[in-house]
Amino acid sequence: MARDGGAVLKVEHLTMRFGGLVAVDNLSFDVERGAITALIGPNGAGKTTVFNCITGFYKPTEGRLTLQHDAPALWNALEDLTQSGARSVTRTDGALFLLERMPDYLVAQQARVARTFQNIRLFSGMTVLENLLVAQHNRLMHASGYTLLGILGLPSYAAAERAAIDAARGWLDRIGLLDRADDPAGTLPYGAQRRLEIARAMCTEPVLLCLDEPAAGLNPHESAELNELLLVVRDEYAISILLIEHDMTVVMNISDHVVVLDYGIKIADGAPDAVRDDPKVIAAYLGVADEDEVAKVAGEVGL
Amino acid sequence: MAAGAQSGRVATTGAFRDAAFTGLLAFALFLPLIGFLTGVNGSNELILTTRWPLLFAFVAIAAIGRFIYVLALKPWLARRAQQPVRAEAPAWRAYVTDWIVPFAVALVIAYPLVIFFTLGSNGGQKWIDNFGIQILIYVMLGWGLNIVVGLAGLLDLGYVAFYAVGAYSYALLAKTFGLGFWVLLPLAGILSSFWGILLGFPVLRLRGDYLAIVTLAFGEIIRLVLINWVALTNGYAGIIGIPRPTFFGIPFSAADNGFAAVFGLQFSPLYRIIFLYYVILALALLTCFVSLRLRRLPIGRAWEALREDEIACRSLGINTTNTKLTAFAMGAMFAGFAGSFFAAREAFISPESFTFIESATILAIVVLGGMGSQIGVVIAAIVMIGGSELLRQLDFLKDIFGPGFDPTQYRMLLFGLAMVLIMVWRPRGLIATRTPSVFLKQRKRISADLVKEGHATRGRG
Repeated sequence: MARDGGAVLKVEHLTMRFGGLVAVDNLSFDVERGAITALIGPNGAGKTTVFNCITGFYKPTEGRLTLQHDAPALWNALEDLTQSGARSVTRTDGALFLLERMPDYLVAQQARVARTFQNIRLFSGMTVLENLLVAQHNRLMHASGYTLLGILGLPSYAAAERAAIDAARGWLDRIGLLDRADDPAGTLPYGAQRRLEIARAMCTEPVLLCLDEPAAGLNPHESAELNELLLVVRDEYAISILLIEHDMTVVMNISDHVVVLDYGIKIADGAPDAVRDDPKVIAAYLGVADEDEVAKVAGEVGL
Repeated sequence: MAAGAQSGRVATTGAFRDAAFTGLLAFALFLPLIGFLTGVNGSNELILTTRWPLLFAFVAIAAIGRFIYVLALKPWLARRAQQPVRAEAPAWRAYVTDWIVPFAVALVIAYPLVIFFTLGSNGGQKWIDNFGIQILIYVMLGWGLNIVVGLAGLLDLGYVAFYAVGAYSYALLAKTFGLGFWVLLPLAGILSSFWGILLGFPVLRLRGDYLAIVTLAFGEIIRLVLINWVALTNGYAGIIGIPRPTFFGIPFSAADNGFAAVFGLQFSPLYRIIFLYYVILALALLTCFVSLRLRRLPIGRAWEALREDEIACRSLGINTTNTKLTAFAMGAMFAGFAGSFFAAREAFISPESFTFIESATILAIVVLGGMGSQIGVVIAAIVMIGGSELLRQLDFLKDIFGPGFDPTQYRMLLFGLAMVLIMVWRPRGLIATRTPSVFLKQRKRISADLVKEGHATRGRG
């Protein structure tokens, strides 16, 4: 597994205000290439808001979100790109995208950021296989000659569709849903829907995979399966993962890097072990005002 | 047993009370509507007549209907609602639908010839024109609207606007520039889809009820422009003398160079009608073929995904703006084809033909048929359009109800009744299953209970 240590996504001074409410305040962190970065924090800390900014669903009030493909040397071009007012710069060896300037579908289509949702958003009336084919829309659209060649029934599209089905079949096999490929996605059990949503995001061939509470509602067994799946995504597909999670076993077991948010402010950033022992983090999770009180409350609850 | 009898008695008493209340309500409602009739007598005075027997007949129908509903229908529906949602539709329906299509296509191709040879020139016209062509126009419109409403889930209440654009495009261009039917047919389609995109832009952000209102307004705007732009459209009077389609250059006239003379046949107006029948049949089959193809292409899957969840679509990199606009454009294009055919067939068009009731009829066909179902649209069109034509044929009812009785006046009443019954019996339309566009091992039909309608998710308690 090659982890070169460079950043794939740089979040700089991200601020998001909704009227008078500051959901995210001057947040900066890096997502390392080929690593799993966890974004944690108490409820209402602004984690999903950060996700929505990264994936283009919200326009940040302030801040710069840069995603980089392939060539770490391109980071040097960042200031020029920011000055130029363009959305992205593409070279033969890689590309740089300013996500805050891009609409949501282009973040997924060009910058290749895929995401899942806290409340699962599958196409429940479509089959499992169809869900995975919709994820390959842009490639298939191109192969169908933007529908014109497809209507005429040219063989080039049929070949592209077969390739897409094979890709989908590979993922279904991986998540153990091959037997249910022709069932409507809405009839799958909850845990399977979570896995399918991850597979669907993976079918877009992302560079960065953003998972919003992938372990929510899973039992310990399913949680362990999810951990394995995420490690496969990181190690075999060399894809960087950014995840929001409340399940600390998932966070501590698989993440390489943890960022902690509280009331929209970053309170800790580092390796899982370091973050776990950080008094500020414990204070935030216990809901107390400062570090002095932590010892008192921790004593009361028996930590 | 005693407890059962007890509860049965309670149910009957409840049903009686309910029926009495309904009767009272019906009486209050129908008293001014049916109980009194205003008319003009011989000396041009306004007179008021009362119609007590008719009023009480209606009140009795309402009360008895309510009684039967509460006592029998409601428990049955409640039992049915408690059954778990089936993920798959029953298998026999799959066999029927697979087998019925080639049979139906053969039937509609043979239909005018069978009529022609059995009923001859005079009797056949009604059956080919009023039933055949009329139904096929609505089948085609239903299939076109199905792309917008059924697949993409965008509720369009102004679909007739595109039908009007197609009709006026053909009429004006044919009369002004003398272009032929086969040139103007694609042109009318392109112009209509252009208007579809034009409507699409402002409504991109709207969903559900808001979208429905804006499209409704758009339909009315087009109609009002047609009425008021007299210099171009001749207003209410409409456009007359629109050139009729020719048989690839040979006109259907009694002249020496007419169709009958060229082919050595005896002149009959029926030849043109049979020709028009095959033109609209070909157009309808084209619509069906294209929309079935589109469903299996990425764009069709994107439409359906858009209906299911727009946000998820955007997270997968689908440009929802373009996807919606193509749905509007495609739907409008087929309405444009149908419109130009309509203008060519009638040789006369006026804004009267493009009122809201047409939009409502087409939408009713799509909804009754089952959203997204091709066969459902055909059945609903046959029932709705064929049914209203059939009402014109029921002259024998005059012998029963007296010479003043006109069955066509009951058209809307019957439609309303049919709509209520369908919504009670099959709330998702006649064909309430969705066929997957692609499969790995087995094509399983999906029950419509799992499929979203796009504009609003139906709550299931």
